[in-house]
Amino acid sequence: MRRLLAALAILFLSGAAQAQLAIEITGAGAQRIPIAIAPFPGEASLSAMISTIVRADLERSGLFRGIEVPPIVPPPTEATDVQYTDWRARLADALVLGSVARRPDGRFEARFRLFDVVKQTPLGGIAYTLNREQARATAHRIADYVYEKLTGERGVFSTRIAYVVKRGNRYELQIADADGAGEETALASFEPIISPAWSPDGRRLAYVSFENKKPVIYVHSLLDGKRHVAANFKGSNSAPAWSPDGSRLAVVLSRDGGSQIFLVNPDGSGVRRLTQSASIDTEPVYSPDGQYLYFTSDRGGSPQIYRMPANGGDAQRVTFEGSYNVSPRVSADGRKLVFITRNDGKFQTALLDLATRQMQVLTDSDRDESPSIAPNGRMILLATVLGGRGMLSAVSADGRVKQRLSVSAGDVREPAWGPFIQ
Amino acid sequence: MRAICTALTIAALAACSSTPTSEQPPAGVEDRPPSATQPGAQTQGVQRPPVAGVDLTAGKKAAPSPLTDPGSILSRRSIYYDLDKYDIRDEFKPLVEAHARYLRDNRSAKMLIQGNTDERGSREYNLALGQRRAEGLKKMLMLLGAQEAQVEAVSLGEEKPRAEGQNETAWAQNRRSDILYAGEY
Repeated sequence: MRRLLAALAILFLSGAAQAQLAIEITGAGAQRIPIAIAPFPGEASLSAMISTIVRADLERSGLFRGIEVPPIVPPPTEATDVQYTDWRARLADALVLGSVARRPDGRFEARFRLFDVVKQTPLGGIAYTLNREQARATAHRIADYVYEKLTGERGVFSTRIAYVVKRGNRYELQIADADGAGEETALASFEPIISPAWSPDGRRLAYVSFENKKPVIYVHSLLDGKRHVAANFKGSNSAPAWSPDGSRLAVVLSRDGGSQIFLVNPDGSGVRRLTQSASIDTEPVYSPDGQYLYFTSDRGGSPQIYRMPANGGDAQRVTFEGSYNVSPRVSADGRKLVFITRNDGKFQTALLDLATRQMQVLTDSDRDESPSIAPNGRMILLATVLGGRGMLSAVSADGRVKQRLSVSAGDVREPAWGPFIQ
Repeated sequence: MRAICTALTIAALAACSSTPTSEQPPAGVEDRPPSATQPGAQTQGVQRPPVAGVDLTAGKKAAPSPLTDPGSILSRRSIYYDLDKYDIRDEFKPLVEAHARYLRDNRSAKMLIQGNTDERGSREYNLALGQRRAEGLKKMLMLLGAQEAQVEAVSLGEEKPRAEGQNETAWAQNRRSDILYAGEY
């Protein structure tokens, strides 16, 4: 809550209160690493305080607890001799020290070093050259470094998310940092926009826009804003999913009657039909190895998740519990399936271990939609409706950490977590 | 105000603003029929040039279209569905038959069917379900004599709710197929 208020305060100061996502954390991991991140001397000249953002990133993961750092004179930097016993007395297991200095060319240099306070040893550090405005991006890089060193898995703080905000009769496809900051509008329209899907290299988005009064699939280059139609056939064109190598899109077309899965090249050429059913087949997603497509079908009488070879062929049913299981997403290791399940009229996010067939419901929401797994598999971003208003929420893959991300005066939906930054 | 603005726009081909400014042309200077004006007798302002109008609607009545005549069944354009269902309930069959007859009798007529769902569940699945509803209606129209090329079935899924509430009354209104004819979409 404190964090939410802080975020709101910043919003009002910046005058962008209508836009930015505010994040509220409503749970935490069982064991959180206590970490001290001292202010970086010189960081006040940047557009944002690096040490504050690094701490917020790490705490948001639910795996870290930031330790309050009292004023220390002279302020320590990455070059200072570390007083390990002092930091141990402050109950820190890990410590980040750093500094920011202006370079002769007018840019800045940010340096940091990470220390294991328990073992009294430095774990490494990096120096970055940056412009004044690149403070946030630099902080996310530092948080990724710390996260990976201390947990053994890659951090996702430098990744981006896409989502759609509906405000009145206006729809905006927005791209923001994973912490909801720095949002930019990729597309604004008076007609709905749904199903954004990141290309594997993070440079393009495929999505469905109703700007021609019906669903049409576009591919949009984020660097230059250029967009082209990837599928606009008779009927509906929807549910784009990139193949892991970025060479193809699995899409859903109704051009031959019924919603069926097709493959198409991202430039719109080479259309080929994959499913041949008399039922609804939709929401295709590739397995990370590109070998399979998971999809939703009502061929068995109710919507369930199926799997078939990526070039077509016999489909196997994957979900069996319940009468409504939709919106499959596969974890990066290919072992887990996240989807939406209906329980007593409530739509909740579930996780299925594909090897053990163990199914776990991760949320207690009424109206979850559109789950999206972080590229490191740790968190799941989803849309949920609360009090008639759409917002985003995130839940850890173990169900313990929960966050809520809302935009004031707007409905947020259709989140898609982007890939690792290369 | 809007009507006045429209009139001014047409008369003067000038941009219309809801805030009057001093740049707006002054209204007619003299309130006299043009015949009463004597050349040379005019001493004030600018003579407003006369306009010779042509009224194409005079003496004719626009034929009411059966598609929009409230007395015609063809003016009814919506079919409603049960939850998760796409079959057409018996009460809507006369409506479907009437539209099929119209398409049969007017081979140049084109129709767009928009399938809709309530807002619960997956947006993409709902888009497919709306498609299924629209196509089910199209199939029935074709069985009754409409031609394939006359009817396009598309889905709006849950994206264009007619009723905004979070209750069964609103949801029931949103599980719907709408019929639109060329010129209406």
